[in-house]
Amino acid sequence: MLKRLDSSEIVFKIIAYFFLTVFALFCLYPFVYSLSASLSGADAMERGKVILWPLQVQFEAFSAVFAERMFWVNYANTLFVTFYGTIFSVITTIMGAYTLSKRGLPFRTFLSFFIVFTMWFVAGFVPQYLNYLATKNFFNLFTNDNKWVVVVAMGMAAFNVVLLRNAFENVPKEIEEAAIVDGATESQLLRKVYLPMSKATIATITLFYAISRWNGYFWASVIVDNANQMPLQVFIRNRLSEILNGGEGAFKPPLGANYTAMSFVYAMVVVAIVPIIVVYPYIQKYFAKGVNMGGVKE
Amino acid sequence: MDSIMSIELEKLLDENERNYWKVTGKKMLKHWRLYLLFLPLFLTFLLWRYFPIYGLLNAFQVDVGAENIPVSQRAFAGLYNFRLLMFGSNSADFWVAFRNTFVLSFYGLLFGFPVPIILALFFNEVKNDVVRSGFQVLTYLPRFISMVIITSILTLLLQSKTPGTDTPGVVANFLANIGIISRENAEAGILGITRYFRPIFIISGIWENAGYASIVFFAAVVMIPKSRYEAATIDGANKWAQIRYIVLPGMASTIMIMLVLRIGELLNVGFEKVLLLQQANYAETNIISTFVLRMAGIYGGGRGNQALASAADLIAALLSMVLVLGSNFVVKRITKVSVY
Repeated sequence: MLKRLDSSEIVFKIIAYFFLTVFALFCLYPFVYSLSASLSGADAMERGKVILWPLQVQFEAFSAVFAERMFWVNYANTLFVTFYGTIFSVITTIMGAYTLSKRGLPFRTFLSFFIVFTMWFVAGFVPQYLNYLATKNFFNLFTNDNKWVVVVAMGMAAFNVVLLRNAFENVPKEIEEAAIVDGATESQLLRKVYLPMSKATIATITLFYAISRWNGYFWASVIVDNANQMPLQVFIRNRLSEILNGGEGAFKPPLGANYTAMSFVYAMVVVAIVPIIVVYPYIQKYFAKGVNMGGVKE
Repeated sequence: MDSIMSIELEKLLDENERNYWKVTGKKMLKHWRLYLLFLPLFLTFLLWRYFPIYGLLNAFQVDVGAENIPVSQRAFAGLYNFRLLMFGSNSADFWVAFRNTFVLSFYGLLFGFPVPIILALFFNEVKNDVVRSGFQVLTYLPRFISMVIITSILTLLLQSKTPGTDTPGVVANFLANIGIISRENAEAGILGITRYFRPIFIISGIWENAGYASIVFFAAVVMIPKSRYEAATIDGANKWAQIRYIVLPGMASTIMIMLVLRIGELLNVGFEKVLLLQQANYAETNIISTFVLRMAGIYGGGRGNQALASAADLIAALLSMVLVLGSNFVVKRITKVSVY
């Protein structure tokens, strides 16, 4: 028997599809426009003719971005911070969360509280700022590369520790006991039992860390003072403000070029987003998982 | 007699106590590897989360200007900074920031909270998995783009009319064309006009977050057993009745939890976004965090009064802690589930 669709159901379906389509377009439009604007010619941009599709297509804005040495230096810095920062954070989190997951360990509650408390109370900006400056001075004794300050001192997230601790706590005790009977050491237990059984959560926190490293802006912008060590986000931000404020030394397309300074900024934006868009389809399901784990535990 | 008894008892308790510490000590020795594993995490949190808390003392000390005097050696000033902040000659700026923080997050909650719930209801209506995940993936996307990029795009889309161009940014132009904003405002740049700051912040917040926030609600909708819909259909319930009596009650606990958690986050307005969107009228669009950063001269240059900035920060941090803990307590009460 065919299911009879009530008229109210049809109406609701139409509303749902309509609303979702509109909302999806609303989400997508700024990115599509950025791409179009970066590819449109100077005249079309200045006359405000570009609405959706690129007009008078040119690739000079992209060439100008690609020719910019500092853009690539800072791009490499962001890759550096994302790579080493994620490794550092994930390993630290795995080791710490493993300890926190051991029921019956003396002072476990205290150590858990030690981590969780930082989610509730954050020391203000001024002390954090002075603390990071002191850290930078200390690091400068060993290396002049301030990227290491960003890697080590910034970006640990208590939320991710809690997420992983909960996942480790859900590893069945029987399996752990069986491994211990078989003579597994602590490190074998962690590597051979806990890690394989918490793969999804580890993937999730790795991606959380990687995204926040890739996107990191504020502290890097105020702590790192050498332009050669700035992350990409700072570079893009500074370029944009220069161009909008029209100050001295702001980027201007060379005479006779067929693109505007705005197209240049849009091109930078597009190049900065591309890595996210490329990996995004593969990783987004882990984010959905991460949210549903949501740190909620029994 | 009595005293002897109590001495005996005390001895016994002592023994127990000593045994407890002996056992605990042995346990700790046995598991020293676990503590060693915890050490790096402990150190990162101690050095960069807990040490700064000590520095908050400067909220109760005189401002030392540019002089490099450690916190431990500064003169004590009691509540002077707090009084100056709240009742001093420049207190108006602080109260504007204070009010902005609450108003911005309250409206953000009011308009932003229902959207992901509605999205989840509609996602559930799309029965084709490929089409649905297509919609979902598109709506989550802005969440993963960095704040600098998000605000850069917003700034460009809403940009003023610059010399040599015919129109303001494409979205500002569109809004002026359909008459939502006046053409003069669009051409002057609406980001710099105080009364447009909130709507811009909130609507772009929905753009960024609604899709991602719908994940939790969608999971709740999917959990509702099919049999309930079937039973309702047999009873002649149409779609509206199903939503009213099955779907919404089925989501109620998730909605409650998320609402309470969001209320706990009321003071955590994304400061990066405000900072990056602010124009020359920042005194009117400041929230507490950006007020602190500018007052301390950490952002935007110039060194203000760091002790005063810290006083403002401490007030915000304490209020925020009360809200977060309060909301966690309520969630625990509703669900018997601890959030952390």
